[in-house]
Amino acid sequence: MQPAFSVIFLTTLIGMGQGLFLALYTGQVYFVLNVVDKTSTDIFYSIGSAVSLALLVLGLVASIFHLGRPERAWRAASMWRTSWLSREVIVLPTVMGLIFLYGLVHFMGWNLTVMTIGAVVIDLSLLIGLLATIAVFSLFIATGMIYACLKFLQEWHSPLTVINYILLGSVSGFTLATLIAAYKQPELIPFFAGWSIVLLILAFIFRGASLIRNKRLRPKSTVQTAIGIRHNQIKQKSMGFMGGSVNTRDFFHGKTAFFLRSIKTIFIIMVFAIPLTMLIMALIKPSVVVLAIATASMYVGLLAERWYFFAEGNHPQNIYYQAIA
Amino acid sequence: MTQLALVIDLNVCVGCHACVTSCKEWNTSGSAGALSDDNPYGKDPTGTFFNRVQTYEVGQFPKTETVHFPKSCLHCEDPPCVPVCPTGASYKRKEDGIVLVDYDKCIGCRYCSWACPYGAREIDEHQKVMKKCTLCVDRLYDENLPEEERKPACVMACPTSARIYGDVHDPDSEVSVAIREQGGYQLMPEWGTKPSNHYLPRRKNHVSYKRDELERVDNPLKKEDYQVDASEPSLDDVTSW
Repeated sequence: MQPAFSVIFLTTLIGMGQGLFLALYTGQVYFVLNVVDKTSTDIFYSIGSAVSLALLVLGLVASIFHLGRPERAWRAASMWRTSWLSREVIVLPTVMGLIFLYGLVHFMGWNLTVMTIGAVVIDLSLLIGLLATIAVFSLFIATGMIYACLKFLQEWHSPLTVINYILLGSVSGFTLATLIAAYKQPELIPFFAGWSIVLLILAFIFRGASLIRNKRLRPKSTVQTAIGIRHNQIKQKSMGFMGGSVNTRDFFHGKTAFFLRSIKTIFIIMVFAIPLTMLIMALIKPSVVVLAIATASMYVGLLAERWYFFAEGNHPQNIYYQAIA
Repeated sequence: MTQLALVIDLNVCVGCHACVTSCKEWNTSGSAGALSDDNPYGKDPTGTFFNRVQTYEVGQFPKTETVHFPKSCLHCEDPPCVPVCPTGASYKRKEDGIVLVDYDKCIGCRYCSWACPYGAREIDEHQKVMKKCTLCVDRLYDENLPEEERKPACVMACPTSARIYGDVHDPDSEVSVAIREQGGYQLMPEWGTKPSNHYLPRRKNHVSYKRDELERVDNPLKKEDYQVDASEPSLDDVTSW
Protein backbone atom coordinates (compact mmCIF):
# COMPACT_ATOMS: atom_id res chain seq x y z
CA MET A 1 0.00 0.00 0.00
CA GLN A 2 0.95 3.65 -0.34
CA PRO A 3 1.38 4.87 3.24
CA ALA A 4 -0.75 7.95 3.93
CA PHE A 5 0.96 10.36 6.31
CA SER A 6 -2.35 11.50 7.77
CA VAL A 7 -3.03 7.93 8.93
CA ILE A 8 0.57 7.43 10.11
CA PHE A 9 0.29 10.53 12.32
CA LEU A 10 -3.22 9.61 13.47
CA THR A 11 -2.31 6.10 14.62
CA THR A 12 1.02 7.02 16.23
CA LEU A 13 -0.30 10.14 18.01
CA ILE A 14 -3.45 8.60 19.43
CA GLY A 15 -1.49 5.44 20.29
CA MET A 16 0.95 7.50 22.36
CA GLY A 17 -1.91 9.46 23.96
CA GLN A 18 -3.75 6.28 24.88
CA GLY A 19 -0.55 4.70 26.21
CA LEU A 20 0.18 7.78 28.31
CA PHE A 21 -3.25 7.58 29.89
CA LEU A 22 -2.78 3.86 30.59
CA ALA A 23 0.53 4.70 32.26
CA LEU A 24 -1.08 7.35 34.48
CA TYR A 25 -3.91 5.07 35.47
CA THR A 26 -1.65 2.08 36.07
CA GLY A 27 0.40 4.31 38.34
CA GLN A 28 -2.67 5.53 40.23
CA VAL A 29 -4.02 2.01 40.73
CA TYR A 30 -0.64 0.87 42.07
CA PHE A 31 -0.46 3.74 44.50
CA VAL A 32 -4.01 3.24 45.71
CA LEU A 33 -3.40 -0.44 46.27
CA ASN A 34 -0.12 0.51 47.98
CA VAL A 35 1.78 -1.86 45.76
CA VAL A 36 4.37 0.83 45.44
CA ASP A 37 4.98 3.15 48.28
CA LYS A 38 4.63 6.51 46.57
CA THR A 39 2.31 9.35 47.21
CA SER A 40 0.52 10.65 44.18
CA THR A 41 -0.04 14.25 43.41
CA ASP A 42 -2.98 15.49 41.43
CA ILE A 43 -0.89 17.92 39.39
CA PHE A 44 1.13 15.07 37.85
CA TYR A 45 -2.06 13.35 36.71
CA SER A 46 -3.63 16.52 35.37
CA ILE A 47 -0.50 17.42 33.37
CA GLY A 48 -0.33 13.85 32.08
CA SER A 49 -4.00 13.88 31.10
CA ALA A 50 -3.58 17.22 29.34
CA VAL A 51 -0.65 15.89 27.30
CA SER A 52 -2.57 12.71 26.52
CA LEU A 53 -5.59 14.74 25.42
CA ALA A 54 -3.38 17.02 23.30
CA LEU A 55 -1.94 13.97 21.51
CA LEU A 56 -5.43 12.60 20.82
CA VAL A 57 -6.58 15.97 19.47
CA LEU A 58 -3.49 16.19 17.23
CA GLY A 59 -4.25 12.68 15.97
CA LEU A 60 -7.82 13.67 15.21
CA VAL A 61 -6.60 16.75 13.33
CA ALA A 62 -4.21 14.57 11.31
CA SER A 63 -7.04 12.21 10.42
CA ILE A 64 -9.06 15.06 8.93
CA PHE A 65 -6.41 15.44 6.22
CA HIS A 66 -7.15 11.88 5.16
CA LEU A 67 -10.74 12.69 4.30
CA GLY A 68 -11.84 14.02 0.95
CA ARG A 69 -14.96 15.55 2.49
CA PRO A 70 -14.18 16.31 6.16
CA GLU A 71 -17.35 18.39 6.50
CA ARG A 72 -19.32 15.15 6.32
CA ALA A 73 -17.17 13.35 8.90
CA TRP A 74 -20.04 13.22 11.40
CA ARG A 75 -21.73 10.68 9.13
CA ALA A 76 -18.93 8.23 9.88
CA ALA A 77 -20.51 7.37 13.22
CA SER A 78 -23.52 5.74 11.60
CA MET A 79 -22.33 2.28 10.52
CA TRP A 80 -20.90 1.05 13.83
CA ARG A 81 -22.68 -2.28 13.40
CA THR A 82 -20.43 -3.34 10.53
CA SER A 83 -17.50 -0.96 10.22
CA TRP A 84 -14.48 -0.84 12.52
CA LEU A 85 -13.70 2.61 11.16
CA SER A 86 -17.11 3.79 12.31
CA ARG A 87 -16.48 2.24 15.73
CA GLU A 88 -13.17 4.09 15.96
CA VAL A 89 -14.94 7.33 15.07
CA ILE A 90 -17.32 6.79 18.01
CA VAL A 91 -14.77 5.57 20.56
CA LEU A 92 -12.14 8.28 19.90
CA PRO A 93 -14.27 11.20 21.20
CA THR A 94 -15.43 8.98 24.08
CA VAL A 95 -11.81 8.38 25.08
CA MET A 96 -11.07 12.09 24.79
CA GLY A 97 -14.06 12.99 26.93
CA LEU A 98 -13.22 10.49 29.65
CA ILE A 99 -9.54 11.48 29.77
CA PHE A 100 -10.63 15.13 29.97
CA LEU A 101 -12.88 14.26 32.94
CA TYR A 102 -10.11 12.22 34.54
CA GLY A 103 -7.69 15.14 34.24
CA LEU A 104 -10.32 17.60 35.44
CA VAL A 105 -11.14 15.59 38.55
CA HIS A 106 -7.44 15.49 39.45
CA PHE A 107 -6.90 19.16 38.57
CA MET A 108 -9.80 20.33 40.72
CA GLY A 109 -8.86 17.91 43.46
CA TRP A 110 -12.32 16.39 43.67
CA ASN A 111 -11.37 13.44 45.81
CA LEU A 112 -14.90 12.13 46.24
CA THR A 113 -14.86 8.74 47.85
CA VAL A 114 -17.16 6.45 45.97
CA MET A 115 -16.62 3.42 48.15
CA THR A 116 -14.08 1.79 50.39
CA ILE A 117 -13.05 -1.82 50.18
CA GLY A 118 -11.21 -2.61 53.38
CA ALA A 119 -8.46 -0.03 53.63
CA VAL A 120 -8.61 0.78 49.90
CA VAL A 121 -10.35 4.03 49.07
CA ILE A 122 -11.89 4.15 45.65
CA ASP A 123 -12.43 7.74 44.62
CA LEU A 124 -14.14 9.34 41.65
CA SER A 125 -10.98 9.64 39.51
CA LEU A 126 -10.31 5.93 39.90
CA LEU A 127 -13.80 5.12 38.64
CA ILE A 128 -13.60 7.50 35.67
CA GLY A 129 -10.15 6.10 34.97
CA LEU A 130 -11.56 2.58 34.82
CA LEU A 131 -14.14 3.66 32.24
CA ALA A 132 -11.45 5.50 30.28
CA THR A 133 -9.21 2.41 30.37
CA ILE A 134 -12.00 0.30 28.88
CA ALA A 135 -12.52 2.97 26.22
CA VAL A 136 -8.77 3.17 25.51
CA PHE A 137 -8.55 -0.58 24.92
CA SER A 138 -11.67 -0.45 22.73
CA LEU A 139 -10.00 2.29 20.70
CA PHE A 140 -6.80 0.23 20.32
CA ILE A 141 -8.87 -2.74 19.15
CA ALA A 142 -10.93 -0.63 16.74
CA THR A 143 -7.80 0.97 15.24
CA GLY A 144 -6.06 -2.37 14.84
CA MET A 145 -9.13 -4.13 13.48
CA ILE A 146 -9.56 -1.50 10.74
CA TYR A 147 -6.50 -3.11 9.18
CA ALA A 148 -6.72 -6.62 10.59
CA CYS A 149 -10.24 -7.19 9.23
CA LEU A 150 -9.17 -6.86 5.58
CA LYS A 151 -8.60 -10.51 4.85
CA PHE A 152 -6.90 -10.19 1.50
CA LEU A 153 -4.30 -7.82 2.93
CA GLN A 154 -2.60 -10.89 4.34
CA GLU A 155 0.19 -8.93 6.06
CA TRP A 156 -2.43 -7.14 8.19
CA HIS A 157 -4.97 -9.92 8.59
CA SER A 158 -3.66 -11.27 11.88
CA PRO A 159 -4.25 -10.81 15.63
CA LEU A 160 -0.64 -9.58 15.74
CA THR A 161 -1.80 -6.34 14.10
CA VAL A 162 -4.12 -5.53 17.00
CA ILE A 163 -1.59 -6.71 19.62
CA ASN A 164 1.10 -4.51 18.08
CA TYR A 165 -1.14 -1.45 18.02
CA ILE A 166 -1.81 -2.01 21.74
CA LEU A 167 1.80 -2.72 22.69
CA LEU A 168 3.47 -0.03 20.57
CA GLY A 169 0.94 2.58 21.65
CA SER A 170 1.37 1.59 25.29
CA VAL A 171 5.15 1.54 25.27
CA SER A 172 5.36 4.98 23.65
CA GLY A 173 2.90 6.33 26.23
CA PHE A 174 4.74 4.77 29.17
CA THR A 175 8.02 6.22 27.91
CA LEU A 176 6.40 9.63 27.64
CA ALA A 177 5.01 9.16 31.18
CA THR A 178 8.55 8.48 32.38
CA LEU A 179 9.64 11.75 30.78
CA ILE A 180 6.79 13.67 32.44
CA ALA A 181 7.64 11.99 35.73
CA ALA A 182 11.23 13.17 35.33
CA TYR A 183 9.90 16.74 35.20
CA LYS A 184 7.30 16.55 37.94
CA GLN A 185 7.74 13.45 40.11
CA PRO A 186 11.30 12.11 39.80
CA GLU A 187 10.55 9.45 42.42
CA LEU A 188 8.14 7.79 39.93
CA ILE A 189 10.82 7.28 37.27
CA PRO A 190 11.74 3.73 38.35
CA PHE A 191 8.08 2.68 38.25
CA PHE A 192 7.33 4.03 34.78
CA ALA A 193 10.75 3.21 33.34
CA GLY A 194 10.45 -0.34 34.63
CA TRP A 195 7.07 -0.83 33.00
CA SER A 196 8.31 0.84 29.81
CA ILE A 197 11.14 -1.69 29.59
CA VAL A 198 8.75 -4.62 30.15
CA LEU A 199 6.38 -3.32 27.45
CA LEU A 200 9.29 -2.56 25.14
CA ILE A 201 10.47 -6.16 25.33
CA LEU A 202 6.93 -7.46 24.76
CA ALA A 203 6.43 -5.10 21.84
CA PHE A 204 9.75 -6.22 20.35
CA ILE A 205 8.70 -9.87 20.59
CA PHE A 206 5.29 -9.32 18.99
CA ARG A 207 6.44 -6.84 16.32
CA GLY A 208 9.26 -9.23 15.51
CA ALA A 209 6.77 -12.08 15.29
CA SER A 210 4.71 -10.12 12.80
CA LEU A 211 7.81 -9.31 10.71
CA ILE A 212 8.73 -13.01 10.63
CA ARG A 213 5.14 -14.02 9.82
CA ASN A 214 4.89 -11.52 6.97
CA LYS A 215 8.21 -12.61 5.51
CA ARG A 216 6.93 -16.18 5.26
CA LEU A 217 3.55 -15.30 3.72
CA ARG A 218 2.67 -16.63 0.30
CA PRO A 219 0.10 -14.54 -1.57
CA LYS A 220 -3.18 -16.37 -2.06
CA SER A 221 -4.06 -14.37 -5.14
CA THR A 222 -2.01 -14.82 -8.28
CA VAL A 223 -2.39 -13.57 -11.83
CA GLN A 224 -4.01 -16.95 -12.54
CA THR A 225 -6.82 -16.44 -10.01
CA ALA A 226 -7.02 -12.73 -10.88
CA ILE A 227 -7.96 -13.33 -14.51
CA GLY A 228 -9.04 -16.94 -14.17
CA ILE A 229 -6.74 -18.52 -16.74
CA ARG A 230 -4.95 -21.71 -15.85
CA HIS A 231 -1.47 -21.40 -17.29
CA ASN A 232 1.86 -21.11 -15.57
CA GLN A 233 3.12 -18.36 -17.81
CA ILE A 234 0.93 -15.28 -17.90
CA LYS A 235 2.37 -11.82 -18.44
CA GLN A 236 0.45 -8.58 -18.42
CA LYS A 237 1.14 -6.63 -21.60
CA SER A 238 -1.07 -3.65 -20.87
CA MET A 239 -3.01 -2.42 -17.85
CA GLY A 240 -5.31 -0.60 -20.24
CA PHE A 241 -3.92 2.92 -19.97
CA MET A 242 -0.59 4.68 -20.20
CA GLY A 243 -1.14 7.47 -17.68
CA GLY A 244 -1.56 6.92 -13.96
CA SER A 245 -4.71 6.32 -11.99
CA VAL A 246 -5.76 5.85 -8.39
CA ASN A 247 -5.01 2.17 -8.86
CA THR A 248 -1.37 2.84 -9.68
CA ARG A 249 -0.90 5.50 -6.98
CA ASP A 250 -2.80 4.39 -3.88
CA PHE A 251 -1.84 0.75 -3.58
CA PHE A 252 1.93 0.65 -3.95
CA HIS A 253 4.63 2.52 -2.06
CA GLY A 254 6.76 2.94 -5.17
CA LYS A 255 10.01 2.44 -3.26
CA THR A 256 12.80 -0.08 -3.74
CA ALA A 257 13.18 -3.20 -1.62
CA PHE A 258 16.39 -1.67 -0.26
CA PHE A 259 14.49 1.42 0.90
CA LEU A 260 11.97 -0.80 2.69
CA ARG A 261 14.71 -2.79 4.42
CA SER A 262 16.37 0.46 5.52
CA ILE A 263 13.13 1.71 7.06
CA LYS A 264 12.77 -1.60 8.88
CA THR A 265 16.28 -1.35 10.33
CA ILE A 266 15.72 2.29 11.27
CA PHE A 267 12.51 1.57 13.15
CA ILE A 268 13.98 -1.41 14.99
CA ILE A 269 16.87 0.78 16.19
CA MET A 270 14.77 3.86 16.98
CA VAL A 271 11.76 2.17 18.58
CA PHE A 272 13.52 -0.58 20.47
CA ALA A 273 17.33 -0.27 20.74
CA ILE A 274 17.77 3.44 21.55
CA PRO A 275 14.83 3.79 23.99
CA LEU A 276 15.82 0.57 25.79
CA THR A 277 19.36 1.87 26.32
CA MET A 278 18.07 5.27 27.42
CA LEU A 279 15.49 3.80 29.81
CA ILE A 280 18.12 1.61 31.47
CA MET A 281 20.37 4.68 31.75
CA ALA A 282 17.48 6.61 33.32
CA LEU A 283 16.97 3.83 35.84
CA ILE A 284 20.61 4.06 36.86
CA LYS A 285 20.81 7.86 36.84
CA PRO A 286 17.53 9.76 36.28
CA SER A 287 17.90 12.47 33.67
CA VAL A 288 15.35 14.52 31.71
CA VAL A 289 17.63 14.72 28.66
CA VAL A 290 18.08 10.97 28.46
CA LEU A 291 14.33 10.36 28.72
CA ALA A 292 13.60 13.09 26.19
CA ILE A 293 15.93 11.31 23.76
CA ALA A 294 14.15 8.01 24.50
CA THR A 295 10.71 9.52 23.83
CA ALA A 296 11.73 11.44 20.72
CA SER A 297 13.55 8.45 19.26
CA MET A 298 10.57 6.22 19.97
CA TYR A 299 8.07 8.57 18.35
CA VAL A 300 10.14 9.15 15.21
CA GLY A 301 10.82 5.42 15.11
CA LEU A 302 7.11 4.72 15.36
CA LEU A 303 6.49 6.97 12.35
CA ALA A 304 8.94 4.75 10.43
CA GLU A 305 7.33 1.62 11.90
CA ARG A 306 3.87 2.72 10.79
CA TRP A 307 5.15 3.69 7.34
CA TYR A 308 6.65 0.22 7.04
CA PHE A 309 3.44 -1.41 8.29
CA PHE A 310 1.42 0.25 5.53
CA ALA A 311 4.04 -0.21 2.82
CA GLU A 312 4.33 -3.90 3.69
CA GLY A 313 0.63 -4.51 2.96
CA ASN A 314 0.52 -6.14 -0.44
CA HIS A 315 -2.83 -5.42 -2.05
CA PRO A 316 -4.01 -8.06 -4.56
CA GLN A 317 -5.33 -5.36 -6.90
CA ASN A 318 -1.69 -4.63 -7.81
CA ILE A 319 -1.71 -7.87 -9.83
CA TYR A 320 -3.89 -6.05 -12.35
CA TYR A 321 -1.44 -3.14 -12.69
CA GLN A 322 1.93 -4.59 -13.62
CA ALA A 323 2.64 -3.34 -17.15
CA ILE A 324 1.91 0.03 -18.70
CA ALA A 325 1.95 -1.05 -22.33
CA MET B 1 -34.13 -12.12 -5.83
CA THR B 2 -32.57 -10.35 -8.76
CA GLN B 3 -28.86 -9.93 -9.26
CA LEU B 4 -28.04 -7.91 -12.33
CA ALA B 5 -24.58 -8.52 -13.69
CA LEU B 6 -22.38 -8.74 -16.74
CA VAL B 7 -20.95 -11.84 -18.35
CA ILE B 8 -17.81 -11.10 -20.32
CA ASP B 9 -16.79 -13.51 -23.03
CA LEU B 10 -13.00 -13.58 -23.27
CA ASN B 11 -13.38 -15.75 -26.35
CA VAL B 12 -14.82 -12.87 -28.36
CA CYS B 13 -13.33 -9.76 -26.78
CA VAL B 14 -10.98 -8.18 -29.31
CA GLY B 15 -9.64 -5.50 -26.94
CA CYS B 16 -11.00 -2.51 -28.87
CA HIS B 17 -11.73 -0.43 -25.73
CA ALA B 18 -15.13 0.61 -27.11
CA CYS B 19 -16.70 -0.36 -23.76
CA VAL B 20 -14.14 1.84 -21.96
CA THR B 21 -14.87 4.97 -24.00
CA SER B 22 -18.60 4.35 -24.06
CA CYS B 23 -18.63 3.90 -20.27
CA LYS B 24 -16.61 7.06 -19.74
CA GLU B 25 -18.80 9.03 -22.14
CA TRP B 26 -22.05 7.98 -20.49
CA ASN B 27 -20.89 8.32 -16.92
CA THR B 28 -19.13 11.64 -17.37
CA SER B 29 -22.35 13.16 -18.72
CA GLY B 30 -24.67 11.99 -15.97
CA SER B 31 -26.43 13.82 -13.17
CA ALA B 32 -23.63 12.90 -10.73
CA GLY B 33 -21.27 15.25 -12.54
CA ALA B 34 -18.19 14.71 -14.62
CA LEU B 35 -15.68 11.93 -14.08
CA SER B 36 -12.42 13.74 -13.44
CA ASP B 37 -9.76 13.98 -16.11
CA ASP B 38 -6.52 15.81 -15.50
CA ASN B 39 -4.03 16.63 -18.26
CA PRO B 40 -5.91 14.48 -20.76
CA TYR B 41 -3.62 15.65 -23.56
CA GLY B 42 -0.60 16.66 -21.48
CA LYS B 43 2.12 14.94 -19.53
CA ASP B 44 0.99 12.36 -16.97
CA PRO B 45 -2.70 12.19 -17.86
CA THR B 46 -4.90 10.76 -15.13
CA GLY B 47 -8.59 10.31 -14.55
CA THR B 48 -11.41 8.27 -13.12
CA PHE B 49 -12.62 5.30 -15.12
CA PHE B 50 -15.14 2.60 -14.22
CA ASN B 51 -14.02 0.13 -16.82
CA ARG B 52 -10.69 -0.83 -18.33
CA VAL B 53 -9.56 -3.36 -20.90
CA GLN B 54 -6.29 -5.02 -20.05
CA THR B 55 -4.16 -7.30 -22.16
CA TYR B 56 -2.34 -10.43 -21.09
CA GLU B 57 -0.02 -12.77 -22.91
CA VAL B 58 -0.52 -16.40 -22.00
CA GLY B 59 2.26 -18.90 -22.75
CA GLN B 60 5.69 -18.49 -24.26
CA PHE B 61 6.54 -17.63 -27.84
CA PRO B 62 5.68 -19.14 -30.26
CA LYS B 63 2.90 -20.84 -28.31
CA THR B 64 1.25 -17.69 -27.04
CA GLU B 65 -2.23 -16.36 -26.89
CA THR B 66 -3.27 -12.77 -26.34
CA VAL B 67 -6.15 -12.36 -23.94
CA HIS B 68 -7.99 -9.08 -23.68
CA PHE B 69 -9.53 -8.73 -20.28
CA PRO B 70 -12.15 -6.07 -19.49
CA LYS B 71 -12.35 -5.25 -15.80
CA SER B 72 -14.97 -3.27 -13.92
CA CYS B 73 -16.83 -3.60 -10.62
CA LEU B 74 -18.02 -7.18 -10.27
CA HIS B 75 -21.05 -6.30 -8.10
CA CYS B 76 -20.15 -9.05 -5.64
CA GLU B 77 -22.94 -10.89 -3.87
CA ASP B 78 -20.91 -10.57 -0.68
CA PRO B 79 -19.14 -7.27 -1.34
CA PRO B 80 -16.25 -6.66 1.12
CA CYS B 81 -16.34 -2.94 0.31
CA VAL B 82 -19.83 -2.38 1.73
CA PRO B 83 -19.60 -3.36 5.44
CA VAL B 84 -16.38 -1.37 5.97
CA CYS B 85 -17.93 1.93 4.88
CA PRO B 86 -18.32 4.08 8.02
CA THR B 87 -21.08 6.29 6.64
CA GLY B 88 -23.28 3.82 4.78
CA ALA B 89 -22.50 5.61 1.51
CA SER B 90 -21.52 2.25 -0.02
CA TYR B 91 -24.47 -0.05 -0.28
CA LYS B 92 -25.83 -3.00 -2.21
CA ARG B 93 -29.32 -2.54 -3.59
CA LYS B 94 -31.75 -5.17 -2.36
CA GLU B 95 -33.94 -5.02 -5.46
CA ASP B 96 -31.30 -5.74 -8.11
CA GLY B 97 -28.00 -6.40 -6.31
CA ILE B 98 -26.15 -3.42 -7.80
CA VAL B 99 -23.38 -2.09 -5.53
CA LEU B 100 -23.52 1.70 -5.47
CA VAL B 101 -21.98 4.70 -3.73
CA ASP B 102 -24.16 7.54 -2.48
CA TYR B 103 -21.98 10.49 -3.55
CA ASP B 104 -23.77 12.77 -1.09
CA LYS B 105 -22.85 10.63 1.92
CA CYS B 106 -19.29 9.59 0.97
CA ILE B 107 -16.56 11.26 3.06
CA GLY B 108 -13.77 10.15 0.71
CA CYS B 109 -11.84 8.11 3.29
CA ARG B 110 -10.83 5.49 0.67
CA TYR B 111 -11.35 2.61 3.09
CA CYS B 112 -13.70 0.83 0.66
CA SER B 113 -11.08 0.95 -2.08
CA TRP B 114 -8.65 -0.77 0.31
CA ALA B 115 -11.32 -3.36 0.99
CA CYS B 116 -11.86 -4.28 -2.68
CA PRO B 117 -9.40 -6.96 -3.84
CA TYR B 118 -10.14 -6.16 -7.50
CA GLY B 119 -9.25 -2.46 -7.49
CA ALA B 120 -12.68 -1.63 -8.85
CA ARG B 121 -13.11 1.62 -6.96
CA GLU B 122 -11.49 4.90 -7.96
CA ILE B 123 -11.67 8.12 -6.01
CA ASP B 124 -12.71 11.21 -7.96
CA GLU B 125 -9.85 13.60 -7.26
CA HIS B 126 -12.03 16.66 -7.82
CA GLN B 127 -15.34 15.71 -6.18
CA LYS B 128 -13.32 13.92 -3.46
CA VAL B 129 -15.75 11.02 -3.30
CA MET B 130 -15.36 7.35 -4.18
CA LYS B 131 -16.77 6.30 -7.52
CA LYS B 132 -17.28 2.99 -9.23
CA CYS B 133 -19.21 1.21 -11.96
CA THR B 134 -22.94 1.71 -11.42
CA LEU B 135 -23.90 -0.89 -14.03
CA CYS B 136 -25.45 2.21 -15.66
CA VAL B 137 -28.27 2.13 -13.15
CA ASP B 138 -29.39 5.43 -14.70
CA ARG B 139 -30.07 3.64 -18.01
CA LEU B 140 -31.59 0.40 -16.77
CA TYR B 141 -34.84 1.89 -15.48
CA ASP B 142 -35.10 4.99 -17.67
CA GLU B 143 -38.45 4.82 -19.40
CA ASN B 144 -37.45 7.61 -21.77
CA LEU B 145 -35.04 5.20 -23.39
CA PRO B 146 -36.31 2.63 -25.88
CA GLU B 147 -36.64 -0.79 -24.25
CA GLU B 148 -33.65 -2.29 -26.09
CA GLU B 149 -31.37 0.51 -24.88
CA ARG B 150 -32.11 -0.04 -21.18
CA LYS B 151 -28.79 -1.75 -20.57
CA PRO B 152 -25.28 -0.65 -19.61
CA ALA B 153 -23.44 1.64 -22.03
CA CYS B 154 -20.55 -0.84 -22.31
CA VAL B 155 -22.91 -3.60 -23.43
CA MET B 156 -24.47 -1.31 -26.02
CA ALA B 157 -21.02 -0.40 -27.36
CA CYS B 158 -19.43 -3.83 -27.63
CA PRO B 159 -19.08 -4.62 -31.37
CA THR B 160 -18.49 -8.34 -30.83
CA SER B 161 -21.18 -8.94 -28.20
CA ALA B 162 -18.52 -9.97 -25.72
CA ARG B 163 -20.55 -8.39 -22.95
CA ILE B 164 -23.86 -9.93 -21.98
CA TYR B 165 -26.08 -8.29 -19.41
CA GLY B 166 -28.85 -9.84 -17.35
CA ASP B 167 -30.04 -11.39 -14.09
CA VAL B 168 -27.64 -14.09 -12.92
CA HIS B 169 -30.20 -15.33 -10.38
CA ASP B 170 -32.75 -16.18 -13.06
CA PRO B 171 -31.74 -19.67 -14.23
CA ASP B 172 -33.21 -19.14 -17.69
CA SER B 173 -31.67 -15.74 -18.43
CA GLU B 174 -29.16 -15.41 -21.24
CA VAL B 175 -26.37 -14.75 -18.74
CA SER B 176 -27.20 -17.76 -16.56
CA VAL B 177 -27.35 -20.06 -19.57
CA ALA B 178 -24.03 -18.71 -20.82
CA ILE B 179 -22.38 -19.19 -17.42
CA ARG B 180 -23.77 -22.70 -17.10
CA GLU B 181 -23.13 -23.95 -20.60
CA GLN B 182 -19.93 -22.14 -21.52
CA GLY B 183 -17.94 -22.52 -18.33
CA GLY B 184 -18.48 -19.09 -16.78
CA TYR B 185 -16.20 -18.39 -13.81
CA GLN B 186 -15.55 -15.76 -11.14
CA LEU B 187 -12.39 -13.76 -10.41
CA MET B 188 -10.33 -14.42 -7.25
CA PRO B 189 -12.75 -16.98 -5.81
CA GLU B 190 -10.30 -17.41 -2.88
CA TRP B 191 -11.72 -14.40 -1.02
CA GLY B 192 -15.34 -15.55 -0.93
CA THR B 193 -16.67 -12.31 -2.39
CA LYS B 194 -18.94 -14.21 -4.81
CA PRO B 195 -18.64 -11.80 -7.74
CA SER B 196 -21.84 -11.50 -9.77
CA ASN B 197 -19.99 -10.69 -12.97
CA HIS B 198 -18.68 -13.81 -14.63
CA TYR B 199 -16.14 -14.43 -17.36
CA LEU B 200 -16.44 -16.96 -20.14
CA PRO B 201 -13.10 -18.65 -20.88
CA ARG B 202 -11.24 -18.80 -24.17
CA ARG B 203 -12.37 -21.98 -25.91
CA LYS B 204 -11.61 -23.78 -29.16
CA ASN B 205 -13.75 -26.35 -30.86
CA HIS B 206 -11.98 -29.60 -31.51
CA VAL B 207 -13.62 -32.48 -33.39
CA SER B 208 -11.93 -35.82 -33.01
CA TYR B 209 -12.47 -38.53 -35.62
CA LYS B 210 -11.49 -42.13 -35.53
CA ARG B 211 -10.17 -43.84 -38.66
CA ASP B 212 -13.29 -45.98 -39.08
CA GLU B 213 -15.42 -42.88 -38.93
CA LEU B 214 -13.68 -41.51 -42.02
CA GLU B 215 -14.28 -44.61 -44.10
CA ARG B 216 -17.75 -45.89 -44.64
CA VAL B 217 -17.93 -49.47 -43.54
CA ASP B 218 -20.71 -50.14 -46.06
CA ASN B 219 -19.04 -48.30 -48.92
CA PRO B 220 -20.41 -50.05 -52.05
CA LEU B 221 -17.07 -49.63 -53.81
CA LYS B 222 -15.63 -52.19 -51.41
CA LYS B 223 -17.81 -54.88 -52.99
CA GLU B 224 -16.11 -54.22 -56.30
CA ASP B 225 -12.68 -54.34 -54.65
CA TYR B 226 -12.11 -50.77 -55.82
CA GLN B 227 -9.31 -49.01 -53.93
CA VAL B 228 -9.32 -45.23 -53.73
CA ASP B 229 -5.84 -43.89 -54.27
CA ALA B 230 -5.54 -41.02 -51.80
CA SER B 231 -2.53 -39.55 -53.58
CA GLU B 232 -4.55 -38.87 -56.76
CA PRO B 233 -6.80 -35.80 -56.80
CA SER B 234 -10.42 -36.69 -56.43
CA LEU B 235 -13.22 -35.33 -58.52
CA ASP B 236 -13.93 -32.78 -55.77
CA ASP B 237 -10.41 -31.41 -56.01
CA VAL B 238 -10.54 -30.65 -59.71
CA THR B 239 -14.11 -29.80 -60.35
CA SER B 240 -16.10 -26.83 -59.37
CA TRP B 241 -19.65 -28.13 -59.23
